[in-house]
Amino acid sequence: MSAFVINRLLQAFFVLLVMSVLVFVGIYLVGDPISMLVSPEATDLERDAVRESFGLDRPIFVQYITFLGSALQGDFGRSFLTGEPALQLILERMPATVELVGFAMFFSVVIGVPLGIIAGLRPEATFSKVIMTGSIFGFSLPTFWVGMVLIMLFAVQLGILPTSGRGETVQVGPIELSILTLDGLRHLILPALTLGLTKASLIIRVTRAATREIQAMDYIKFARAKGLSSSRILRVHLLKNVLIPIITVAGLEFGQALAFAVVTETVFSWPGMGKLLIDSILTLDRPVVVAYVLIMVLFLVLLNLVIDLLYMVIDPSSREKVRD
Amino acid sequence: MTVQPTSADRPARTRADTPFRRIVRQFFENPLAVFGLIILVGLTVPSFLAPWVAPQNPYDIGTLDIFDSQLPPLSTSSSGDITYWLGTDGQARDVLSAILYGMRTSLIVAFSAVAGALFIGTAVGLIAAYFGGVVDAILMRTVDIQLSFPAILVALVLLSVLGQGIDKVIIALIVVQWAYFARTARSSAIVERNREYVLAARSLSLGSRRIIFRHMLPNTMPPLIVIATIDLAHAITAEATLSFLGIGVPVTEPSLGMLIANGFEFMMSGEYWISLFPGIALTLIVLGINLVGDHLRDILNPRNAQ
Repeated sequence: MSAFVINRLLQAFFVLLVMSVLVFVGIYLVGDPISMLVSPEATDLERDAVRESFGLDRPIFVQYITFLGSALQGDFGRSFLTGEPALQLILERMPATVELVGFAMFFSVVIGVPLGIIAGLRPEATFSKVIMTGSIFGFSLPTFWVGMVLIMLFAVQLGILPTSGRGETVQVGPIELSILTLDGLRHLILPALTLGLTKASLIIRVTRAATREIQAMDYIKFARAKGLSSSRILRVHLLKNVLIPIITVAGLEFGQALAFAVVTETVFSWPGMGKLLIDSILTLDRPVVVAYVLIMVLFLVLLNLVIDLLYMVIDPSSREKVRD
Repeated sequence: MTVQPTSADRPARTRADTPFRRIVRQFFENPLAVFGLIILVGLTVPSFLAPWVAPQNPYDIGTLDIFDSQLPPLSTSSSGDITYWLGTDGQARDVLSAILYGMRTSLIVAFSAVAGALFIGTAVGLIAAYFGGVVDAILMRTVDIQLSFPAILVALVLLSVLGQGIDKVIIALIVVQWAYFARTARSSAIVERNREYVLAARSLSLGSRRIIFRHMLPNTMPPLIVIATIDLAHAITAEATLSFLGIGVPVTEPSLGMLIANGFEFMMSGEYWISLFPGIALTLIVLGINLVGDHLRDILNPRNAQ
């Protein structure tokens, strides 16, 4: 078990290193950030001075080593646009994104698991077929378009929900939360619904598949033969085991949703780190893009590690299967 | 001499239900899948015939009349010879024509990307399965790492490096999708590798390339076809999303995603049709592919085949 954890940590470190090189070198090839920093009338001398002050005149290899050294100390450089530390910019925006994604995932599990179990218990029923067809429809909808249609319906036509921003927030320690105020919650509903819809469709399908598989297991048949009530079989025997794949999928999808929040945040002008990424890509704000990607990589690698460990805790039989 | 095998072959073919016929028959037994196929054909055919069937060429600035901009659906053009069934956008383009042309761009990008990813991924998967050992470990670790990163994020960062353009979007989509094919091809090829016919081919000392591509490949195709179908839907959505974010296809060749993005500001002022109809077209085409793909998976899954 500990060998497994160490192995995974080493692997995570290696992935981080490779990604840092790929991202740094890749982003380096994009445009000339100097043109964003100086006025178009600036002389070559002035350009060179700016170039030098940001260290952009040195060889790319030296720039990378400097970057890596500072990155290990939590310094990802400063935004070319605002001059603020890139890491700070991203961390400031992170709570908004995590809040949005968390709410969306909560929504998708609350909707998806019951519907999936219903569809799995009675696969031939009309209602189940409606659920399954609905789920295909659900993940065929392009997220950004769903967001726009929701804005059109609830904000433009009905005028009952706001279209952009986080609304009123409450300061909890160092982070701000929208979810604790009514106004914040009203701002959160549409983006979370947009982001959660596709995820709910996926959870429905995973739950259904797991339910069908587990229902055919001997221990369910035995429980039934023992004369246990069907609600007890459902709650104790079925639900517990259905939750194993759901936790894995929901965990992995949390990472996916975190990245996909880029789209939702752009549509709803949600001030999260995804919107920051798009803005930084469009303005060639290189340090912010690099810092965002590396923080995401770190986050995803840790997330995968946590899911693996969690999996071993909730599913004892998987412990024996660990090879590494 | 050549007549004999064919005449012996023919009755055998008509008598036995070939796998292909079984698949086609099972496919048409499912009304939803047929519905998906009808949507697909109904959308792709006119979009590929766009230059001949579209009421207007939305890229020919000469034919656009600025007085016709932002007209609601079913308006008639000021010249009186075109009916704008789905209205016009801010640049006086007929929305229906723009959708037909835009869908063509979306489909071309998605088909090329999936074909590229299918080709590369399958080759990698088969090589990993056939050789095993270190080759397999390195290739599959790469696949694992690649798959642990969200596709949209990888594509975003790649495009921010590569810049805009149809070819760049195709490259980015191939990069994010090849790994799915590699994993699928490997797992089904490993099953095939231990079959007798591969052993027989090996004992005839046929070359690795021949065994992999002539013997193993055809038998690993069914699951790959399913993945390719469903991936086509992913590719269309991904391209639309990237174009919506402003880093996909260039403005000169607007895809469905860009049409939707262009209509965003108008939607806020109640001119819904500029975004709504391209979005419906996009949803329908993805839905059609998913309905077909979902049912293909059920048919081709060996567990479900009787």
